[in-house]
Amino acid sequence: MDNKVEIKVEKVNFFYGKIHALKNINLDIYKNQVTAIIGPSGCGKSTFIRLLNRMHEMVTNTRVTGEILFNGWDITDPSIDAVEIRKRIGMVFQKPNPFPKSIFENISYGLKVNGIKNKPFIENKVEWALKKAALWEEVKNRLSDSALRLSGGQQQRLCIARCLAVESEVILFDEPCASLDPISTAKIEELILELKKDYTIVIVTHNMQQAARVSDHTAFFLMGELIEFGKTQDIFTKPYDVKTEAYITGRFG
Amino acid sequence: MKKNSVQNVGFFALFLCIASTIIFLGLIIYFISARGIQVISWEFLTQGPRMGMTQGGIAPAIVGTFYLTMGAILFALPLGLACAIYLCEYYPKGIIGHIIRISINNLAGVPSVVFGLFGFAVFVKFFGFGVSILSGSLTLGILILPLIISSSQEALSAVPQSIREASLSLGATKWGTIKNIVLPTALPGILTGVILSIGRAAGETAPILFTAAAFYTHGYPRSVFSEVMALPYHIYALMTEGTHPDKQTAIAYGCSLVLLFMVLLISGIAIFIRQRQRGLNG
Repeated sequence: MDNKVEIKVEKVNFFYGKIHALKNINLDIYKNQVTAIIGPSGCGKSTFIRLLNRMHEMVTNTRVTGEILFNGWDITDPSIDAVEIRKRIGMVFQKPNPFPKSIFENISYGLKVNGIKNKPFIENKVEWALKKAALWEEVKNRLSDSALRLSGGQQQRLCIARCLAVESEVILFDEPCASLDPISTAKIEELILELKKDYTIVIVTHNMQQAARVSDHTAFFLMGELIEFGKTQDIFTKPYDVKTEAYITGRFG
Repeated sequence: MKKNSVQNVGFFALFLCIASTIIFLGLIIYFISARGIQVISWEFLTQGPRMGMTQGGIAPAIVGTFYLTMGAILFALPLGLACAIYLCEYYPKGIIGHIIRISINNLAGVPSVVFGLFGFAVFVKFFGFGVSILSGSLTLGILILPLIISSSQEALSAVPQSIREASLSLGATKWGTIKNIVLPTALPGILTGVILSIGRAAGETAPILFTAAAFYTHGYPRSVFSEVMALPYHIYALMTEGTHPDKQTAIAYGCSLVLLFMVLLISGIAIFIRQRQRGLNG
């Protein structure tokens, strides 16, 4: 593993009120690699990924301990503005969630909220992001149409493009294919493999085959604990915890 | 077979309910139109009253009602929307939110004549605005405030959480998200509240009785401190005062017809804006 560590998670604990949702998580996320987070429902994998760009703050009465180091910042430090973190660490959600605006406005929104007003620059960036997300050919003649008229798969690629336009360095995918058909899923997976050349990717998935197909590293979570973390091929061929083996061979979950 | 007949009875009952609603609305429009149409003329709409209200027109009352309604919306919409944003987006569970919610519910239950007295005591006397457009607009504004707040609140909470998250995840601030994503998406619902409020504010008599309305003014109001004629009060006065009940009754129907159309027109504009926004929202 000669790759640079982009995000270093150290001794992270997370509480929803009195519920201890994540227990002493230690994990390195490598630059320009895909890290998959797998585990049964309720194991804390979505909670974990939302900590990485402070989206857990949407829910009140939570508490984090430990450190998540990114670029010399500790993401968990409340004195660091979550807005700054989210500009660098983007997120694609479980269900496609385009804004009820035009395709163009969806992509340019992130630029606008970050204070960019230069029109030619925005236009170029929108085109670049849509091309990068493999959506340009399908929408180039109808950029002013409502994004809600796109199919589910197209909407999800639009959400990815929206994320790319703000020049994130890390992209978090929270079960991005959960509501998509197999063909759309294949397109998103292909895209993830393409994107890892330029971005660091973390993907939460329910689908073990998906984790095996797209990821370089896999972390297996169970009941709020990180059971095993390693290279994906090792986890899937010779897991060394019996619980990991039981899960990936489909004995539970 | 039996299941089907139960269903048919259900449909028939629903149909009756809908039909009766439409019939009542139709009847109102029919009677008001039939009795009011004869006094409607260009002169009636554009001139002031003459000869103890029996001649001339009702233009100052039309203008007065327009000013009062617009004034009430201008006052209540920013305030109500701010309240709704606070309640929905910032502190949905806090103690202040709880107090505001209780206040709104109580405010909604206060009889309109009590608002009139309140307006008289506070705006007319205490603040010294006198019997004026300003006092009347503020009083009507408080009257429609609960309506604006509750409809805005509903509209805001109907905006999916997922697009708020999307906006935040792109590095937008909380206020940026509210301004650029939540409010535009909620606008059609907010405007529905505005439309209902327009009808309410334009039609209320009691709140303006002591705060704004005059039976007769010479010409049009000159400033927000002028007292005004207003259609609902004019109708009331025509039916209860004066010396020519026959002529006055006809004019009262004419006024009602005008009031009906005014509300329709102002609401129409709001509905137009709403439909356009819905189109933009996809």
